[in-house]
Amino acid sequence: MVYLTRLEHFNAAHKLYNPSWSKEKNEEVFGECANENWHGHNFDLYITVKGKPDKDTGFIIDAKHLSSIIQEHVTEKLDHKNLNLDVDFLEGKMCSTENLVVEIWKQLLPHIPADVKLHSVKLYETPRIYVEYFGEEL
Amino acid sequence: MHKVAVFRKEHFNAAHRLHNPAFDDATNERVFGKCNNPHFHGHNYELIVKLTGEPDKDTGYVMDLKVLSDIIKENVIKRFDHKNLNLDVAEFKNLNPTAENIAIVIYNILRPLIKEQLQLQIRLCETERNFVEYPA
Repeated sequence: MVYLTRLEHFNAAHKLYNPSWSKEKNEEVFGECANENWHGHNFDLYITVKGKPDKDTGFIIDAKHLSSIIQEHVTEKLDHKNLNLDVDFLEGKMCSTENLVVEIWKQLLPHIPADVKLHSVKLYETPRIYVEYFGEEL
Repeated sequence: MHKVAVFRKEHFNAAHRLHNPAFDDATNERVFGKCNNPHFHGHNYELIVKLTGEPDKDTGYVMDLKVLSDIIKENVIKRFDHKNLNLDVAEFKNLNPTAENIAIVIYNILRPLIKEQLQLQIRLCETERNFVEYPA
C-alpha cells in the first residue's frame, strides 16, 4: 500500500461558543476563543489516501485530481468564510478543529475514487495545533 | 559604527474583512473578492519586529529581546489576538485592516515605546505566502 497526501489551505473566522450555556460559562471554558466578534486562522489541510500504484501510470491517484476533489467539496465551502455562519455542513455543530476534521471526512468520502481509500484527514489550526481523523466510529 | 539588526517574532490570530464603506456592494465585491465576506474570515498572523542599532557597550545588546517581547505582547498581541480587527480594535474603526494598514498601525503603536536611536521595521505575514513590511 502506498500513501499519498495532498496539502490544501483555507482561512476562515470562527468562535467556540455553546449557545445553550451562559456567556460567563462560555468564557470560562473557551477563554478568548469565545470572543463574540469571532477570530480566525489560516488552516492547513492534509488529505491522505492509500492504494496501489497503477501499472500504466505509476500513480495511486492523480494528485491534481485529488486536489480538485478537495477544493470542490471542502475548501471552496470553507475558504474566506465564517465557519459558524456560512457552512451548511457545520450547521448546528461546535466549530472545534476536532469536529471540523470529522465533517471534512464525511464530505470527502463519497467523492474519493473507488480504486483508493481515504486514510486520514489532518488539519492544522495554527502551526502549533493540529488534529487527525482516520474515519473510526465515534 | 557597527549597526546590527535584531528581530523578535510574535504571533496572533484574528478575524477581519476588507470593506470600503464608500464603495457600493458591487464595487466592494469586485475589489476585495472573498475577503469582503460580511461574516468575516481570519488568519494566523506572524509579526516580526526588526530593530537596527549599535550594540550597547555595556550589555552587548541592541535591545534586550525579552523586554522587546514584553512590549509587543502588552501593546499589540493583547489587543489583537483572538479579536475581530474591524470590530474590536479601535484603530480600524475607520481604516481597512489590510496587512499593509495593520503593519502601519503596529509601527505607530511601537515607535514611541522603542528608543529613538533604534530603527524600527515591521514585517507582518498574513499567510505563509503574503507578507508586508513597513517602513518600506
